[in-house]
Amino acid sequence: MSDYRSWGHFPDAPHRHVEPLTWRNAIPDLRQLPGPVLPFGLGRSYGDSCLNEDGTLLDVTGLDRFIALDEARRLLRCEAGVTLEQVLALIVPRGYFLPVTPGTKYVTVGGAIANDVHGKNHHVAGTFGCHVTQFELLRSDGERLRCSPVENNDLFRATIGGLGLTGLITWAEFSLIPIRNAMIEMERIRFDNLDEFFELSARSNDSWDYSVAWLDMQIGGKQLGRGVFMRGNHAKGDLGLEPSGDPFLSVPVNLPELLLNPLTMRLFNTGYYYAQLRRRVQKVVHYEPFFYPLDAIGDWNRAYGKAGFLQYQFVLPRSDDHRVIRQLIERIVESHHGFINVFKEFGDIPSPGMLSFPRPGVTLALDFPNRGRKTLALLDELDAQVRGAGGVIYPAKDARMSAADFQRGYPQWREFSRYVDPHFSSSFWRRVTPPGQRSSVQAFERSSAQA
Amino acid sequence: MKHILIIGATSAIVHATAIRFAETGAQLYLVARNEAKLRANADDLRVRGASRVEVDRLDVNELAAHGPLLERAWAALGEVDVVLVGHGTLPDQPRSEQDIDYALAEFQTNATSTIALLARLANRLEAQQFGTLAVISSVAGDRGRKSNYLYGAAKSAVTTYLAGLRGRLHRAGVRVITIKPGLVDSPMTAHLDKGPLFSSADKAGALCYDAILKGKETVYVPSYWRLIMTLIKLMPETIFKRLNLSA
Ligand SMILES: Cc1cc2nc3c(=O)[nH]c(=O)nc-3n(C[C@H](O)[C@H](O)[C@H](O)COP(=O)(O)OP(=O)(O)OC[C@H]3O[C@@H](n4cnc5c(N)ncnc54)[C@H](O)[C@@H]3O)c2cc1C
Ligand SMILES: NC(=O)c1ccc[n+]([C@@H]2O[C@H](COP(=O)([O-])OP(=O)(O)OC[C@H]3O[C@@H](n4cnc5c(N)ncnc54)[C@H](OP(=O)(O)O)[C@@H]3O)[C@@H](O)[C@H]2O)c1
Repeated sequence: MSDYRSWGHFPDAPHRHVEPLTWRNAIPDLRQLPGPVLPFGLGRSYGDSCLNEDGTLLDVTGLDRFIALDEARRLLRCEAGVTLEQVLALIVPRGYFLPVTPGTKYVTVGGAIANDVHGKNHHVAGTFGCHVTQFELLRSDGERLRCSPVENNDLFRATIGGLGLTGLITWAEFSLIPIRNAMIEMERIRFDNLDEFFELSARSNDSWDYSVAWLDMQIGGKQLGRGVFMRGNHAKGDLGLEPSGDPFLSVPVNLPELLLNPLTMRLFNTGYYYAQLRRRVQKVVHYEPFFYPLDAIGDWNRAYGKAGFLQYQFVLPRSDDHRVIRQLIERIVESHHGFINVFKEFGDIPSPGMLSFPRPGVTLALDFPNRGRKTLALLDELDAQVRGAGGVIYPAKDARMSAADFQRGYPQWREFSRYVDPHFSSSFWRRVTPPGQRSSVQAFERSSAQA
Repeated sequence: MKHILIIGATSAIVHATAIRFAETGAQLYLVARNEAKLRANADDLRVRGASRVEVDRLDVNELAAHGPLLERAWAALGEVDVVLVGHGTLPDQPRSEQDIDYALAEFQTNATSTIALLARLANRLEAQQFGTLAVISSVAGDRGRKSNYLYGAAKSAVTTYLAGLRGRLHRAGVRVITIKPGLVDSPMTAHLDKGPLFSSADKAGALCYDAILKGKETVYVPSYWRLIMTLIKLMPETIFKRLNLSA
């Protein structure tokens, strides 16, 4: 029933076999499965980090049981295939919320750890991995290791943000935060240029737990970097603890690419900017539309048509003049390519994860409809600027960064590769660590040659 | 419905049904043959809100163990509002055509063991004078098909037995519910290609729970299987015998 593609439907990397997992204590011998193996959650990664061409995908969604909810210590323990949607349905009525959530609730706990996901509260809460207290890691040799800051700490750090390569997380425990109700007190503020964004962001850091912005990617010049800033806090008072249900609307088939042509995009961008007539709007809204606006549209990725789309997310280190981010936005505006985007300043809280993406600075995530060579050439240009400024690209969103860029951005990868399980690999990993540099695949090839 | 006895509690469909009971704070007595799996499901149901969960081990083919098991279950729960029976296997039809011992063992798992349990359960519920007995049969029992007629025959025996039992227990105020799932994505069907007619185990569980709450007599899961099976039953045997209906 499931569809084992990544969210961007690009690239195509057909696996040889899917192994559904159902019981955490009865996982088949991973060494007997065809090719290297890779855990697969809900495939909400955009590129090829959740794909494993010619290998086996371990469908983790059958590991979907809760194990313990310790309300006194605010800790939830569950199997790794439990989704954030299922977690919310359990905890919201009891007055708790996720410590960190990405922009969709359709991700698994294992996936959230493996990409060490971040949310709108990065500036005060860090990444999801910062709130993981322990998990069990199953290695292909059958060994089960309990990993935490005090036990197997090296594997704990390698697995958080470890792209599914260090073994299978069978269950995990993480902390929850208390809420009074399911509502968010939010403000939406229009800003007219990039400097205003940075000012708003700085002023919001202390008093707002959640903040994020959207940039109008159709306008340059003096108005370059204009957009809408959203910030929010969990509301106070007794407003009810209702989690909400399924998407009410879904995009059933691939919409023609026509819908995303430059004209409709311009209309969307300008429309969204002016949709807000007053400069500042204050509202109390349910957490669903605040955190998960896209979840309401179901399979919205199909709106990009058959060719799929590419996500591009980078973070640039802080700089006083914002020169490079300005140039990057300029280039994207010129390309008439940008559509949905998310813009945010990351905070300083370090993650335990060895390969984690978030770091202090400004991050921009964008969707680019796949227009073939033109799109890839544009992204190569953006890479060069990101590289020049000492920035890095987010593997969870990536389908095409060069091995050199990955290795330069994540110099810890060599240390990390010592923890990669010899029978685990992914299309992404093979792409960014070419043969010869990759101890794990060599080991895998060695051991299968022996078998 | 506060006291629930569940046989086959490690089945995906049954567990999805049990989750709905747990969410109302019910007390659950879970029975299955694998201890580790039972414990995993019990923890899940506790977290989801069950006020009490006990587990008990039973291989349904150990017929002599049925009596003591039910004794323990009744002792633990005091009284039983709902019994849900859902264990089962999907036999390898070609193998069952060659290996008769295998065929009979599978028939026992899917029919005889169930009937043995139902006989004892019926007596207890009749004495109790209330309760609901819900059993997972299958659309496969509605008409024998060459691709899985051993399984179909076993489910058909269960369905027929339940129909008679319903008549008997009706006077005691006990409801008997026959649940007939169509195609459900569960470990039992993991090896089959999943077409559009498949439902998730979660959805099937929600529908089973609904049927039990509403006290329906025979329920198809999901309901469109009633139409499909009506059409299949209407087909003249001369045509039907030539058809290749998979699954
Ligand atoms: C609409 C949308 C919004 C998003 N917003 C954000 C955001 O705000 N912030 C952010 O950080 N990300 C965001 N993402 C990306 C998404 O959160 C991550 O890609 C996430 O990891 C996907 O989880 P998944 O369960 O779908 O895992 P998959 O995509 O299936 O897999 C992701 C990785 O996790 C590994 N993995 C999965 N399960 C296990 C396991 N049990 N053990 C070991 N490894 C495992 C896989 O091997 C793979 O490497 C967004 C994605 C979408 C579609
Ligand atoms: N899936 C479908 O498409 C479908 C369609 C129609 C009807 N059904 C019926 O639905 C019910 C539930 O099946 P499911 O789909 O949820 O599959 P499932 O997850 O495989 O569940 C079957 C359960 O039966 C248990 N079982 C098998 N033999 C047993 C024995 N001798 N003693 C005790 N327990 C035994 C299994 O226990 P172990 O885990 O220990 O093996 C397992 O928990 C079954 O009656 C099945 O016939 C299923």
